[in-house]
Amino acid sequence: MKNLFEFIVEKAIFLSGAASIIFVVLIFIFLLKEGLALFGEVNFFAFLFGQNWYPISDPPQFGILPLIMGSVFVTFGAIVIAVPLGLAAAIYISEVAPHSIRGFLKSGIELLAAIPSIVLGFIGIIFLAPLLKNIFHLGSGLTALAGSIMLAFMALPTIVSIIEDAIVSVPRSYKEGALALGATHWQAIYRVTIPAAASGILAAVMLGIGRVVGETMAVLMITGNAAIMPTSLLQPVRTLTATVAAEMGEAVSGSSHYYSLFAIGIVLFIISFIINIFADIFLHRSKAMKRRKK
Amino acid sequence: MTNEVKIKIKTTDLNAWFCDKQALFNINMDIYEKKVTAIIGPSGCGKSTFIRNLNRMHETVQGARAEGSVLLDGRDIFEKKFDAVTLRREVGMVFQKATPFPTMTVYDNVAAGIKLYGRIGKEKLDEIVEKSLKQSALWNEVKDVLHKPGTSLSGGQQQRLCIARALAVNPKILLLDEPCSALDPISTGKIEELIHELKEDYTIVIVTHNMQQAARVADYTAFFLLGALIEFDVTSKIFTNPSDKRTEDYVTGRFG
Repeated sequence: MKNLFEFIVEKAIFLSGAASIIFVVLIFIFLLKEGLALFGEVNFFAFLFGQNWYPISDPPQFGILPLIMGSVFVTFGAIVIAVPLGLAAAIYISEVAPHSIRGFLKSGIELLAAIPSIVLGFIGIIFLAPLLKNIFHLGSGLTALAGSIMLAFMALPTIVSIIEDAIVSVPRSYKEGALALGATHWQAIYRVTIPAAASGILAAVMLGIGRVVGETMAVLMITGNAAIMPTSLLQPVRTLTATVAAEMGEAVSGSSHYYSLFAIGIVLFIISFIINIFADIFLHRSKAMKRRKK
Repeated sequence: MTNEVKIKIKTTDLNAWFCDKQALFNINMDIYEKKVTAIIGPSGCGKSTFIRNLNRMHETVQGARAEGSVLLDGRDIFEKKFDAVTLRREVGMVFQKATPFPTMTVYDNVAAGIKLYGRIGKEKLDEIVEKSLKQSALWNEVKDVLHKPGTSLSGGQQQRLCIARALAVNPKILLLDEPCSALDPISTGKIEELIHELKEDYTIVIVTHNMQQAARVADYTAFFLLGALIEFDVTSKIFTNPSDKRTEDYVTGRFG
């Protein structure tokens, strides 16, 4: 009786565990099946490097380069804003802030992660876009820059908490070694602690990028949604994710347009996969250091 | 006690705390110039806390504070206007665990301290690095691997690298916090030899668990117990004819 119970529990746990892997595989197969159907009609290189995205003109053109560049611009902008901010915040929390307010600051940063992206989108439309419009004298403030700024805030919690973790895992003895040589607090931080935490910082950047690339709702609302090749952050752009979100509803099932959106899904999948692999490599290195500390 | 030697450091009523826990009680002790002073005593007796007050590393720990005075060449290092950073350039320290900076090469580890103080020519830097590594008796072993990571050396070499790192900034005093506790006997022997050579130019304070080591290397020995200085005298006196019963019990191995 007891053995039967053990058997059932064991198998149930196994099935639940296996299910998550099976789902990933099924999703991937589904994505491939629907997405690859496009390449019967459209040349693969014309898809990836084509500069025109006119999926419903006649003849349709399915070049996603403007969309890729849209994602790249928004992500690049967001990371350029978020990484220095995140690094500074993490250094402050882990090295400078008094013990008493450290916990308070950490929960504050985590709260930022709890803000729904749609709310950030609202703030972008109502507050940020008009502001950018006035500052840069633009026709519309809905630009790549607006998306970058809002997404930077979205990526910040991830970046701050991972960098903070990496800094805290640097053995105290490294910092003491620097201080004992006559380094100032700041010299000890940037000459010894930060280089020692480098892999954790890179992991944070990678995960931040992953967070930004995958974000849909806020960018759909505030980047202006123009599928044109961007040349500056002050232009409206459209990202890969926003394209799928905006057009899925109107694409006729089974049409090239429909398949092309799945092909975009494959591209996104590959991008996140690569980013995650890098993040993982860096996190492993960072953990190896944590073990050495013991 | 001999009178011809100069007092380098003088502590007066030195008390130290970690949060609410007092770790040192009214330590009054003199450290003589160009002599080796060993601090012995059982674990947790305040040995390390004591020497960490001599370069104000104690205060870098969260919740730690100290009172009293520590005079270095007659100046009180606990005074507000005394800059801890300047102090630590004069009072170098080597820790129990060898901790070469993990992201730096052998060369950069030794050069790290000098680079903190501003720009310096490559030739001058090469010279200081070589001199420091020779002083720490490491040069012959590492001269061909100067640009490999510092962490690739053996444990004993890493510890001598840390000594070279401390020497490179040209301190007057060297604090050694159980520098051999993680080393094998051969590496320990090398470091003890080194201490003998270094005391020509430096004032050395060494914390050690190992009484034989204190007897071998030190001119003076201080015995600490439960945060208090029990006895301080020339080493031979401490080990052969201590004044205090507790010192005698400790050095004869009756406890600790």
